[in-house]
Amino acid sequence: MTVALSIKQLSKTYNNGFQALKGIDFEVKEGDFFALLGPNGAGKSTTIGIICSLVNKTGGQVEVFGYDIDSDFPMAKKQLGVVPQEFNFNNFEKPLDILIHQAGYYGIPRKLAEERSEFYLKKLGLWDKRDTPSRNLSGGMKRRLMIARALIHEPKLLILDEPTAGVDIEMRRSMWAFLQEINAQGTTIILTTHYLEEAESLCKNIAIINHGVIAENTSMRTLLQKLHQMVFVIDVKTSLEHAPVLSGFDCVLVDKQTIEVVVQQSQSLNELFALLSEQQIEVASLRNKTNRLEELFVDLVAKPSA
Amino acid sequence: MNLTEQWIAFSTILSREIKRFMRIWMQTLLPPVITITLYFIIFGSLIGARIGEMGGFSYMEFVVPGLIMMAVITNSYSNVVSSFYGAKFQRFVEELLVSPTPNYIVLWGVVMGGVCRGLLVGLIVTIVATFFADLRVESPLLTITIVLMTSVLFSLAGFINAVFANSFDDISIVPTFVLTPLIYLGGVFYSTELLPEFWAGVSQLNPMLYIVNAFRHGVLGVSDINIELALIIVAGFTVVAYSYAMHLLNSGKRLRQ
Ligand SMILES: Nc1ncnc2c1ncn2[C@@H]1O[C@H](COP(=O)(O)OP(=O)(O)OP(=O)(O)O)[C@@H](O)[C@H]1O
Ligand SMILES: [Mg+2]
Repeated sequence: MTVALSIKQLSKTYNNGFQALKGIDFEVKEGDFFALLGPNGAGKSTTIGIICSLVNKTGGQVEVFGYDIDSDFPMAKKQLGVVPQEFNFNNFEKPLDILIHQAGYYGIPRKLAEERSEFYLKKLGLWDKRDTPSRNLSGGMKRRLMIARALIHEPKLLILDEPTAGVDIEMRRSMWAFLQEINAQGTTIILTTHYLEEAESLCKNIAIINHGVIAENTSMRTLLQKLHQMVFVIDVKTSLEHAPVLSGFDCVLVDKQTIEVVVQQSQSLNELFALLSEQQIEVASLRNKTNRLEELFVDLVAKPSA
Repeated sequence: MNLTEQWIAFSTILSREIKRFMRIWMQTLLPPVITITLYFIIFGSLIGARIGEMGGFSYMEFVVPGLIMMAVITNSYSNVVSSFYGAKFQRFVEELLVSPTPNYIVLWGVVMGGVCRGLLVGLIVTIVATFFADLRVESPLLTITIVLMTSVLFSLAGFINAVFANSFDDISIVPTFVLTPLIYLGGVFYSTELLPEFWAGVSQLNPMLYIVNAFRHGVLGVSDINIELALIIVAGFTVVAYSYAMHLLNSGKRLRQ
C-alpha cells in the first residue's frame, strides 16, 4: 500500500533554543483519515509547518507520497494541501481572487482555475460571498475559505490544523460530511483537533503527540478497545480493611468504604454483585468512573515522556 | 514545475501586484505625481528661473531627469517593500511558500510588480514634465536601459528591506534615512561641478549620483560622470542585490521559522 506521508526522526529546535520536536516517527497510508492529537504546545502545528515547508526542520526526513520535501520539493508540494491553524490570507482580497491566485501558484491555467474556484466555493457554501472582501467573512467562513484554497490544486494529501476550531455545531457536522466525502473519493486526510469526538467519528488511525514525542500511534479501533472496560466506583456499607478478592475482576480499595472495580465488556454486573453478596459486602451506591476517550487521552498525555 | 506552469505562476504574482497598487492608487500613484509636480513648479519654474543655467541647460531641463528618476526609485522601492512586508505581516506570503512556485519566480514576480509601478509613475511624471520643459531624449536606448536597471535594483532593495522588517516602522526607515538623502545629494538639483573639490569627491561614493547622471546623459546628452562606469556600477549593485535576495528566499531566513 502506498505511503502518503512518512516522517522519520523529525526534530525541531526553534531559534530561541526550544526543542518542539524530539525525533518523531509516524506514517500515514494512502486513503487514511488520520488524527494527530495532543495538548496545547505539543508540537502538532510545528509538525505540519515542517511538512508544508513553512518551518525549517532541524533534523529528520519527511516524504510525501515518496517525494522528499528537501530534494523533491516541487513534487512533494503538489501532492499537499494545507489548512493552517491561523488565518493566512489577504484580508483585502475577495474569496474568488484568493482561490484563482492560489491556483496560479500551482501553475493551473486561468480557465481551469476559474472552474475549480466556482466548484469549491459552491461546495463550501461561499459562492454568495465570492466578491466580499475576505476580512468581512465570519470566522467559520474564513476557515471554509482556507479549505477551498487548500483543495484548489486537488492535492492527494490534505492536512487540516484544527479546521473546526470556532465553527458551530451544525457547520462542523457539514464540514465532517464534506471531509468524509473527499476521503471516500481517495484524498488522504490528516487533521488535528481538540475535540476527541471529532477524531473518534472521523479518523481511522491516530497519533498522540506530547512534549514533542509520540505518546501513542495506533488505529482508532485499538484505542477505543481500551475503552471496552469500565471502572465502577462502589460505596459499600461494610467497612473493609483490604480489597476483596473477586475472581475475574480487578479490584482496588480506595478507602474503607470505597472500592474500584474494573469490569470488562464481556463480564456482567450481575456476576460482580453475586461475588460481592457472597462475601457479605453490601453495596450502598455505584457510579461509573469517567472513562471516556478524554480519560484515556489524559492518561496517555500524563505519562512521563520517554 | 514546467515552464508553462512557471509562467502562469509568474503572471499570477505580477497581476496580483499590479491589482494591488491600482486598487489603492490614491496612496500609490497620486502622491508621487503631486510631489514631483510641486518640485517642477517650485524648483523648475519659480526658483529655477532665477538660477539660470546649470551644466549648460536651463535649470528646468536640468532637474527634470533627476526628478523622474527620483519617482522611479522611490516608487519601485516602496511598492515592493510595502507589498511584501504586508504579505509577511498578514502571513499570506505562506500561500506562495507552500506552493511549488520556485523562489526565483516569486522574486521576479514581486520585483516586476515594483518595476511596473516605478515605470508607471515615471511615465506619468514624464508626461507632466512636458508641460514645463521641452523634453527630447538624446539616446533612448541608454535612457530605457538605465531606467529599467534602476527600477529592478530598487525593487530588489525593497524586497530585502521587507524580508528584514519586523514592523511598519522598519519599512519606512530606509526610504526616509537612506534613500531620500542619497537621492537629494546625488545631483538631482545641482551639478557636482558646483561643489568644493572635497564634497565632489565624497559624492562619487554615492551610487545615486551615477544613476541620476546616467539617466540625465540619456536624456540631455551630458553628465558629470563616465557613463560606462555608471552602467557597470548599477549592474554590479543589481547582481549583488539579486543574489542576496535569492539567498534570503532559499535559506528561508525570516520567512520560515
Ligand atoms: N516560532 C517559535 N519560536 C519558538 N517556539 C515556538 C515557535 N512556534 C512554536 N513554538 C513552541 O513550540 C511548541 C509547539 O508548538 P506548536 O504550535 O507546534 O503546538 P501545537 O501542538 O500546535 O499546539 P496547539 O494545540 O496549541 O495549537 C510550543 O511550546 C510553542 O511555544
Ligand atoms: Mg497548533
